[in-house]
Amino acid sequence: MKNKNLYNYILGIADNSLILGQRLGELCGHGPSLETDIACTNMSLDLLGQVRSYYQYAAKIAGDGRTEDDIAMLRKESEYFNVLLVEQPNTDFGYTMARQFLFDVYHFLMLTELEKSTDLNLSAIAKKSIKEVSYHKRFSSDWINRLGDGTEESHSRIQTAINDLWTYTDELFHQTEADEAMVAEGVGVDVTKLKGAYYEEVNSVLEEATLSVPESKYFQKGGKQGIHTEHMGYLLAELQYMQRTYPNMEW
Amino acid sequence: MSNKKNWPLWEVFVRSKNGLEHRHFGSLHAADAEMALENARDVYTRRNEGVSIWVVESKHITASNPEHNGELFEPAKDKVYRHPTFYDLPDDVKHM
Amino acid sequence: MSEDQIKKMEAERSRSLEAEFEARIARDEKIEPKDWMPEKYRQTHIRQISQHAHSEIVGMLPEGNWITRAPSLRRKVALLAKVQDEAGHGLYLYSACETLGISRDELYEQLHSGKAKYSSIFNYPTVTWADIGAIGWLVDGAAIINQVPLCNTSFGPYARAMVRVCKEESFHQRQGYEIMLKLCEGTAEQKELAQDALNRWWWPSLMMFGPTDAESTHTEQSMKWKLKRKTNDELRQQFIDQTVPQAEILGLTIPDPDLKWNEERQSYDFGEINWDEFWQVVKGHGPMNKERMKARVGAWERGEWVRDAAMAHAEKQQERKAKEAV
Repeated sequence: MKNKNLYNYILGIADNSLILGQRLGELCGHGPSLETDIACTNMSLDLLGQVRSYYQYAAKIAGDGRTEDDIAMLRKESEYFNVLLVEQPNTDFGYTMARQFLFDVYHFLMLTELEKSTDLNLSAIAKKSIKEVSYHKRFSSDWINRLGDGTEESHSRIQTAINDLWTYTDELFHQTEADEAMVAEGVGVDVTKLKGAYYEEVNSVLEEATLSVPESKYFQKGGKQGIHTEHMGYLLAELQYMQRTYPNMEW
Repeated sequence: MSNKKNWPLWEVFVRSKNGLEHRHFGSLHAADAEMALENARDVYTRRNEGVSIWVVESKHITASNPEHNGELFEPAKDKVYRHPTFYDLPDDVKHM
Repeated sequence: MSEDQIKKMEAERSRSLEAEFEARIARDEKIEPKDWMPEKYRQTHIRQISQHAHSEIVGMLPEGNWITRAPSLRRKVALLAKVQDEAGHGLYLYSACETLGISRDELYEQLHSGKAKYSSIFNYPTVTWADIGAIGWLVDGAAIINQVPLCNTSFGPYARAMVRVCKEESFHQRQGYEIMLKLCEGTAEQKELAQDALNRWWWPSLMMFGPTDAESTHTEQSMKWKLKRKTNDELRQQFIDQTVPQAEILGLTIPDPDLKWNEERQSYDFGEINWDEFWQVVKGHGPMNKERMKARVGAWERGEWVRDAAMAHAEKQQERKAKEAV
């Protein structure tokens, strides 16, 4: 592939949206209220819409006849580059919102920079996505606040979720080889520079929600290199089920 | 039935585009006004139906009683002089 | 006046109100929530609208079962949007029902306790991807036939909800048919999936129109109140007549050896429906009745702390605002 770095860079962004969209999709029909159910599905649809734009672009760059679906559903686990955070399961609504919030704040900052990319395709996708993600961030922040401030039970549940997922936040700011190459070309976003703004915003929402900012300094990483948590294989088993069971067919 | 407080009912009004009035679209449940707005956005504007949303908690709406419809609305029926067609003008008068 | 006389006067008043009420409906006037209505009208509407709402949200489950496994991204977003629409439709219908003086929570309780019914079709499992196509094509097709006349029903909030539902549902059946079409144009294995799904969903779809007219208890009253425009058997016939040619285009065989065009009636004759199976499922013994209820009750119970938290937060916010104002 001529432009391997750009291809991998796009996957690094798109895989996050794919895996998180898939996780949110699991919840459809099982939300705490009809209204919340509909809202979570909207976020899933936004993310999967973004995914399609990214993969269609990636497919063009790959130029080997693969389609968006081949890219989405026919890679090995080690070839998915999403961060560990987004593959974490929907343990309860607290985890779902905590995961969403911790990702949304990053996602918004990243897209704001990506909009300035010299790659016009990426810039256009970012421009469209940023409005969606701005809403996601608002939605999840509001819920962090509600759950933190709400009842004793909700406070303790959301605090636990934040504590547990905190360990996956640092990875958001790791640079891969493809990242470095794309940053050098003015295409990619230097995520290391987003870290300060990220924790500032996250901490302020947590504080408003009367939640404490976890102090742990031990972080997990690996997703960006294709080394995932044990949850990932099951998620992919479902995501890829049809394509694996009935290879080379159109649906 | 538990006597727990459930999310109250809200009425949703949507302006479908600038220049038009907000129209009653339906109702939904939400714990607070902020959530009611977000829910209204997610439930009632999924197909690009709106540019502005109002929400009001249903209990704040005072409605007229249909049993009083006679005294409320019928007296206006015979006040035909409020309508332009009540006035006879020669056909030659244009633009009036 | 004696008690008897008062009672008599009240009965007379209610009779004349009722006569006026029926006359309004006959004139095609709409009934709105605060209007006087006979208690039976209110109860019948609560029952029918809530059953309809329950069907929408229970109906999310069999199709939701394939969201994570949809075979392509295009199919995944379309299915998500469709199942989400069903949540929306449930919500519109619960709202319409609430105007009759019953809360959504009470309606949920009726569903969860097994007191309220929902469409039996959703008690069948979705075992292959083709089932998603078959549901869209057949189940939504049958639902549309049932629902379109309701856009003109006499109770205003129900009619308005149905206008919105029908408008949004127009893509659902097309989506299902497109899935089937793609399968039938595909490999032999794919076409087999399609035929197998049709085999399993055909008869339950016919049962969606309810018992035969001879057995149906509510029809006459429902016709008067415009909850129904045609009888169960007429609607079923309409469904069969419009669906058989669609199956032919797909190249699929309807699993009914007695299905035959009747030149004289200009309609299809069809075989005997297995009513024992119908009643078994209605009574709660279909393949998925228990699982469906478990899923609904589970979601509701797991969501309780979330709903409570939001309410507690809202109350605290109000208190804080009130304090600030002092």
